[in-house]
Amino acid sequence: MNTALLDIQNYAKTFHLHERDKFIPSASHVNLSVYPGKLTALIGPTGAGKSSVLKGVYRTYLPSAGHILFRTAAGEIVDLAQADEHRILELRKTEIGFVTQFLHCLPRKSALDVVAEPLFARGVPTEEARGRAADLLAQLAVPSHLWNVPPATFSGGEKQRVNLARGLIAQPRLLLLDEPTASLDPATTERVVAHIETLKDTGIAMLAIFHHPDLVQRLADDVIELSPPITIVEPVEEIA
Amino acid sequence: MSNKILSVRGLSRIHGEQCPLCISSTGPEHDTNMCPHCGSVVAAHDVNFDLYRGEILGIIGESGSGKSSTVKMLYFDDMPTAGSATFYDGDAQHDMFALNAAQQRSMRNKRFGMVYQNPHLGLNFQISAGGNIAERLLMSDLRHYEEIRTRAGDLLVRTEVSRARMDQNPRTFSGGMQQRVQIAKALATRPPLLFLDEVTTGLDLSVQAAILDLILEIQHELGTAMIVVTHDLGVIRLLAGRTLVMKHGRVIESGLTDQILEDPQHAYTQRLVASAL
Repeated sequence: MNTALLDIQNYAKTFHLHERDKFIPSASHVNLSVYPGKLTALIGPTGAGKSSVLKGVYRTYLPSAGHILFRTAAGEIVDLAQADEHRILELRKTEIGFVTQFLHCLPRKSALDVVAEPLFARGVPTEEARGRAADLLAQLAVPSHLWNVPPATFSGGEKQRVNLARGLIAQPRLLLLDEPTASLDPATTERVVAHIETLKDTGIAMLAIFHHPDLVQRLADDVIELSPPITIVEPVEEIA
Repeated sequence: MSNKILSVRGLSRIHGEQCPLCISSTGPEHDTNMCPHCGSVVAAHDVNFDLYRGEILGIIGESGSGKSSTVKMLYFDDMPTAGSATFYDGDAQHDMFALNAAQQRSMRNKRFGMVYQNPHLGLNFQISAGGNIAERLLMSDLRHYEEIRTRAGDLLVRTEVSRARMDQNPRTFSGGMQQRVQIAKALATRPPLLFLDEVTTGLDLSVQAAILDLILEIQHELGTAMIVVTHDLGVIRLLAGRTLVMKHGRVIESGLTDQILEDPQHAYTQRLVASAL
């Protein structure tokens, strides 16, 4: 039997806004597992905490409670909710990728370098990194005349594919996808879906949010439905 | 071998005579770094962090937060009143504040680099741009005039200053170019650790962007570990993987930079992030 790559136990996130002295819950009681070569989809209404879960796993949010157990390539179990920051940076570099809805990048960097950047960070020589970025952009059908242009001027679909390429290039073992097909036309969506299917075949584990229910139907091996957390007045139990 | 290059523990600097109440009556909750009992200024208190090889750590805070004081002590521009710092250099490790003055000077000149906000602190305006870099190279093992001249020119070219301006006085340079010469000088001995104190403050936006790009390129090429001190959230967003937030001489929070920006924990950091443009 397959063992989980990611095991989330009772994840909760509550923001404490000091200025307004308010506690805003963004997710609570989230339990799920993600397996190699499988895609787990998060569904639920806006405000149910879908993005909060992804950000908690990536540690862009500091989880308020629960455990996020990740099995590393070396077979070690790391609790991402509490792991040391250097450990998280290392895992982001080598094992965990995040593709967000929006591409944040410098307006003066070429698409090729935006995609190659995770490889630069791992110390891959510049030319080799750019070569691999070009291969991936070609696979995702981003026209080659755009490769040396900053993505700021690209269409939504082109940007999204640059974004996806950047998330994939370092071949993470776990990929977090936050609406990777938002703003894509049907033909491009189809291309991205096909690519996600090939990723599953290579054994990458994915935790994803999709806008369209039919994509969940097509791609998900597991579906986790989240409901909006109940508003609580008291702070949830803090992680030591 | 550990990945650590620098380990800072309990680093503190108090200016003035100090009294037993200095620490308990200053800090963010008292909204001051000046002791109301004796008038001493707690520039920094109990600063702790580890820096890894090739990592960029940001220190953000307003004036008087202690961010520059911290870096000054680590570059031996100032002595701490308490605390320690260990510099891991290859297989050797050095208890920095236990070294004698000559050893500290040697570490500072050969193993560290510093880029100041004010180019007058980092450059000698009596001599040429090339001479500034040559001065630094002479402190390393290079001795031959031609070799030094070539290296200095190469460094200027790398930091995008024309080789033709090598013999000119940096006084005649623009602010952005002076910062580039400072960076070239700081990199002359290929130090594994570089300190950058508000290096883009006061420069035009387009010049800032070019300098920050250069810093990232250098980090990628040479794998230099850096501590970047700034009051600008945009600078840490661009450069730093991890960030310390300081206020009134204390580190009030630390974390991954994206977490500090998207999920700040401390009331002050929340205000800081909320007031970003």
